[in-house]
Amino acid sequence: MTTQTATQTLDARNLSCPLPILRTKKALNNMATGELLSIQATDPGSVNDLSAFCQQTGNELVSSETGEGEFIFVIRKT
Amino acid sequence: MNAIAEKLPIKPNKNGSLDLSQMEDWFDQRFEEKMEEREANHTPSMTIISTKGTLDMAYPPFILASTAAALGWDVEVFFTFYGLSLLKKDLDLEISPLGNPAMPMKMPFGPEWLRKTDINIPNVVMAGVPGFEKMATGLMKKTMENKGVATIGELRSMCLEAEVKLVACQMTVDLFEMSRDDFIPEIDDWIGAASFLPKAQQADVSLFV
Repeated sequence: MTTQTATQTLDARNLSCPLPILRTKKALNNMATGELLSIQATDPGSVNDLSAFCQQTGNELVSSETGEGEFIFVIRKT
Repeated sequence: MNAIAEKLPIKPNKNGSLDLSQMEDWFDQRFEEKMEEREANHTPSMTIISTKGTLDMAYPPFILASTAAALGWDVEVFFTFYGLSLLKKDLDLEISPLGNPAMPMKMPFGPEWLRKTDINIPNVVMAGVPGFEKMATGLMKKTMENKGVATIGELRSMCLEAEVKLVACQMTVDLFEMSRDDFIPEIDDWIGAASFLPKAQQADVSLFV
């Protein structure tokens, strides 16, 4: 498996709904198709919300991990 | 076989007649394909009617509008009656715990046990103590800041950035003798119920807040 490093990172820690989603959307707007965005968040609601966001917008949720009180998501812009 | 029959997706049998059930199957399949195509090309849309001007009730329309825009939806919010306060240049929104019994009254600072305690305040205090709403508003804003909740000003800017259409009720402005100069210039239009309803009719989601 080849690991592609994220083109951009987004720090959405300590932000509540809907800010992680809005910031994600904004970050994706400035990226090219195929590029990866890595997002850090602390809002537990962001796990379901980012997954729903990807499903609706057609972007690919590459990974969704739970760390210590923190969540890390990787999204590929499509 | 004539030219028309040649083009038909279902060929006539040797007697020259068409099998109806085959035609139906073909139609069902084509219909499904067309519907899927339509679904895939459809941009979802939402209209919201915003009628409340308190800080707590300002959140639902702006959160839903900005999130829907982030999902790629077309969104229009119609501000009417007290909802118009949310379009003022000077956003000075307050909460009122009086007559709002489900609102938790908690301290945003102090020791953990105090933060978790819901302080039950008698109506007579909420109604009679001068400045009670100002204080409650201050505490609510502090709680929201602690939890990383966006301010209404931020959410409104994000809505505008995402091209959410904000429309205002003309009648309300006339009724309360407000001045259009008090409102943000980004207001898309000043309209009435007859202009809003046809848009709501076309929308996939329509909400009243």
